[in-house]
Amino acid sequence: MRIRTIIDKEWAEVFKNKMVLITVLLFPLLFIVLPIVSMATMQSMSSIQSGKTPEVILQQCQAIGLTEVECLQTYLVSPFMLFFLLMPLAIPVAIAAYSIVGEKTTRSLEPLLATPISTGELILGKSLAAALPAIAATWLSFAIFLIAARIVAASDRVYAFITQPMWFIAVLLLAPLLTITSVNVTIWISSRVNDPRAAEQIGMMVMLPLLLVVFGQMAGVIAISLTSILIASAVMLIVDIAMIGLGIKLFQRETILTRWK
Amino acid sequence: MIRTESLTKVFQGDKKNGRVQAVDQLTLDIQQGEVFGFLGPNGAGKTTTVRMLSTLIGPTSGRAWVNNFEIGRQDQSIRASVGILTEQPGMYDRLSAEKNLTIYAQLYGVRDVSGQVEKYLRMLGLWDRRKDPAGSFSKGMKQKLAIARAILHEPATLFLDEPTAGLDPEAAKLVRDFIEELKTEGHTIFLCTHNLDEADRLCDRVGVFKQRLVKVDTPSRMRTAVFGREIEFRLRRVEPSMAELMKHFDFVKNVEVRDGRLIVGVDEPETRNPQLVKALVEAGAEVQFVSEVRHSLEDVYLALITSGHR
Repeated sequence: MRIRTIIDKEWAEVFKNKMVLITVLLFPLLFIVLPIVSMATMQSMSSIQSGKTPEVILQQCQAIGLTEVECLQTYLVSPFMLFFLLMPLAIPVAIAAYSIVGEKTTRSLEPLLATPISTGELILGKSLAAALPAIAATWLSFAIFLIAARIVAASDRVYAFITQPMWFIAVLLLAPLLTITSVNVTIWISSRVNDPRAAEQIGMMVMLPLLLVVFGQMAGVIAISLTSILIASAVMLIVDIAMIGLGIKLFQRETILTRWK
Repeated sequence: MIRTESLTKVFQGDKKNGRVQAVDQLTLDIQQGEVFGFLGPNGAGKTTTVRMLSTLIGPTSGRAWVNNFEIGRQDQSIRASVGILTEQPGMYDRLSAEKNLTIYAQLYGVRDVSGQVEKYLRMLGLWDRRKDPAGSFSKGMKQKLAIARAILHEPATLFLDEPTAGLDPEAAKLVRDFIEELKTEGHTIFLCTHNLDEADRLCDRVGVFKQRLVKVDTPSRMRTAVFGREIEFRLRRVEPSMAELMKHFDFVKNVEVRDGRLIVGVDEPETRNPQLVKALVEAGAEVQFVSEVRHSLEDVYLALITSGHR
């Protein structure tokens, strides 16, 4: 019941903040519209500018029997699929930064900690309040993307690439794990800063490793596979367990009231 | 009910700040229904004491019980049975007054959430503004809302940290009246305040505190202990011989002429005054008024804090 109250409170307050609302809505919108528009554009342009696909890519596609249009669409959509893993990292940062640092700046944390709520309930409530919208936004935007991609995909083979199991595992398993990482990183940052915007900006750096993966994939250095997604999920699970331990240690009432600056 | 035994808090500090002894060997016994004033200068450790007693921070050593629950062992029960008004109101500014209180009522496990919220919003004159964001409230209104938040689960013990600080006289009176009403309802109130007149009016006992408990007693007994009892004689004209006359009585402790008034220190003025008045009249003095000198609690406080008077 108390966890539910904390979640209600967080959502009631945080979503009245335009900055947070924009962040929460902007990422899903961007990550749905960009790949769909790009795929649609690529489909119409490729028929006019046929033959301009880089030879290296074309050879790889031809090896698995894809046409030039199919090749371009699958090549283009791959990094966008990884963007669905950026969302669970970015959205919780925006929410948690305001929910925790905001409590510090308005001095509302002390009366809240004086209630019978346990530290575990409070952390869980705040974490869920930040994580649930991120996971929901990720899953919902992925579902919308799948529906829209069905329309703009050049063929069943392109759509089959999009709907291969590794992306479902990435979105359904790895994304929530990344959300937990993001929430814990933000809690840790929140204990060090007094400005929600500073917490948000620093917290957004949690996306850097994944962005490197995106660029690595685009450059052909990193290959995303079902195995790499499963390995990444296992690693994130271990990282999350360690970070939850650190988060609970940081979120002691006395530490918050006397040490948090 | 609050009881402490040698309650001590030491902040170990870090690279920037050294070790700080915030509270040293505090021993107190506050009865159910008592209004206890906790007085001390800034940095004396008052807020640290309140935080320990409301289980926000743990003591370094010593033991304490609040509402018969022991600190460190039954913290959640303590938090459920106390209300706290912190130095800053700390409201959720984007949420309405009603929503603010509803959240806390739910966190405290209040059964009739909407009923209690309405009761205290009405009692503190905020009902008409219940839908307005707390951020749009004046400082006084925020303070009243914070008081409503502290009391809405009807705790046995209330910790009030500077409840009238920064309020206009009208709002301050409303808060003081409210505290008196809470007292009549049997709540134990632990009041931290710099407003010594307020403490004098509201508190059954006061404790003067500066890391250690300097003195604890009722305001009137504290006055007597620090200054003794003094009688002021207003005469048409004060002659030096009249002061000398007073000194002849063995029960007179001290005599001085202050601002044209004859001030005489005696232990039992109720029985001694007639003798003194008679002597003065026989010596030709024209007695206009006789009254007991009433030292303000501020005088007592300053004497205790600055001179370490015990």
